[in-house]
Amino acid sequence: MSTRDWDQDAIRRDFPILRREVNGKPLVYLDNAATSQKPVQVIAELTRYYRDYNANIHRGVHTLSQEATAAYEGARARVAAFIGARAPEEIVFTRNATEAINLVAHSYGRAFLEAGDEVVITELEHHSNIVPWQLLRDQHGVVLRYVPMCDDGTLDMAEARRIIGPRTKLLAITQMSNALGTIVPVAELAALAHQHGAVVLVDGAQSVPHLPTDVAALGADFLVFSAHKMLGPTGVGVLWARSELLEAMPPFLAGGDMILTVSMERSTWNAVPYKFEAGTPNIADVIAFGAALDYLAALGMDAVRRHERELLGVAVDRLAAVPGITLYGPADLDARGGVVSFGLDGIHPHDIGQVLDGAGVAIRAGHHCAQPVMQHLGIAATARASFYLYNTPAEVDALVAAVHDAVRFFGRVRV
Amino acid sequence: MSDLEELYREILLDHYRSPRNAGHVPGATHSADGANPLCGDAVHLELTLDGDGRIAGIAFSGHGCSISQASSSLMTEYVKGRDADAALAAVGDFQRMMIEGDPPPAADFGDLEALAGVAKFPVRVKCASLAWKTLEQALADKRGASAAVTTDERSL
Repeated sequence: MSTRDWDQDAIRRDFPILRREVNGKPLVYLDNAATSQKPVQVIAELTRYYRDYNANIHRGVHTLSQEATAAYEGARARVAAFIGARAPEEIVFTRNATEAINLVAHSYGRAFLEAGDEVVITELEHHSNIVPWQLLRDQHGVVLRYVPMCDDGTLDMAEARRIIGPRTKLLAITQMSNALGTIVPVAELAALAHQHGAVVLVDGAQSVPHLPTDVAALGADFLVFSAHKMLGPTGVGVLWARSELLEAMPPFLAGGDMILTVSMERSTWNAVPYKFEAGTPNIADVIAFGAALDYLAALGMDAVRRHERELLGVAVDRLAAVPGITLYGPADLDARGGVVSFGLDGIHPHDIGQVLDGAGVAIRAGHHCAQPVMQHLGIAATARASFYLYNTPAEVDALVAAVHDAVRFFGRVRV
Repeated sequence: MSDLEELYREILLDHYRSPRNAGHVPGATHSADGANPLCGDAVHLELTLDGDGRIAGIAFSGHGCSISQASSSLMTEYVKGRDADAALAAVGDFQRMMIEGDPPPAADFGDLEALAGVAKFPVRVKCASLAWKTLEQALADKRGASAAVTTDERSL
């Protein structure tokens, strides 16, 4: 698909929600690491399915079912193309990235890991890439080890080289920290893990929406991500895995659609990826996700990254001048996604978020489901602004102005 | 007054910046921990009930946003010296003010009135309520203590 020119006004027109006001001010949506907004193309695809060809898939001989099946499988093929997978069969649809990680921990973890095997994760992970491995440790006896982060939010690569070793059987790492924006050198770590014969799961929930993705270049064996953070609907996650792994893994959830034959004694499994998609899937949202991928592909992920890198540069420069601000995350902005995590002296992040909301600026305040990162930094929470393709330098100005307002507002009572 | 000014009344910011009854009560008879897992706000409450069931001493520690800290400070100031049952009744009054938007009870809610504006901000209600729920929890120990007494009596 040829890429379209970067026409910021045209892009913004595609997102109807950006025209609304919040608290009497134009909405400035900077909570994209939590979820993205949806373009009309995605919303239209969603309603088109329900309006024109709503039917269950993979079972009907009737026309609607065939149309729905073709659209659903068409979306699978687009996902495969978007991340450079070898075949659509390597794509499993789940509810979200969290479920995809749980699928791997449960299915691969129990079938191919033994008590005493080491699973290595990092201090930068989102809770969704920590807790499933803690469960596997508690219930199955694997040893869970963490690669520590450095104070600047980067990963401690020397420690990574020390910890990833012959006992490592699985490395599960984020490609981009949701709390700090850190871009992790996944390919280097994956190569290291592979030298020791381990498999590598990459949590791409933050990276796939914002960076060009090629699973071969990543060197991953598993990649997980979520549709709703990349212009698609909620309720759709993706697990990509090398087909040999999917073939070898036992099912995760069981029921209809994932079986070949069922008798009262036993069942046999359907082929991949259907073996992992028990029950009626989220047909409408998967189909609409296909439209989101078309939208991103038309703009080109290199262009999306360039745009966000530009906004990040402006935001970091201008926020650094705010009195009493602490900016977290890597200083090298080329090794960082469009995320600015910050704190203000004497003002709790929730209060920052509240004042910004009053100015129509939506950010996240909290621990970002990454409490180990917060513990490392010795804080309970940060305020976080995160950018996407529809954000503009003028919106960065609105953010910076609102942060200055917060400083003034809370500075009015001095003790 | 703007919505924000209504939420962040001067008196609240004052309590946030110089909290009353911050710290610990030596020899506390009751304590409880409260947390908002979603925001990471945490409060630890210690108090001493005297022989008449009055809150003779109370203090809080922990961390959180201005609303949760100011509410903790104001709560301790209000219940200190009051009967435990009166303090529990105030928890109910406070929750009605937060959740149903009821006006502050006429009696003597005093500076607590400043928290009435929080009711307009549903996501902040849990910040304001944390200290009060923790107080309720701490005083529930009273029943726990009497239950322990019952066990002791039976073991005699």
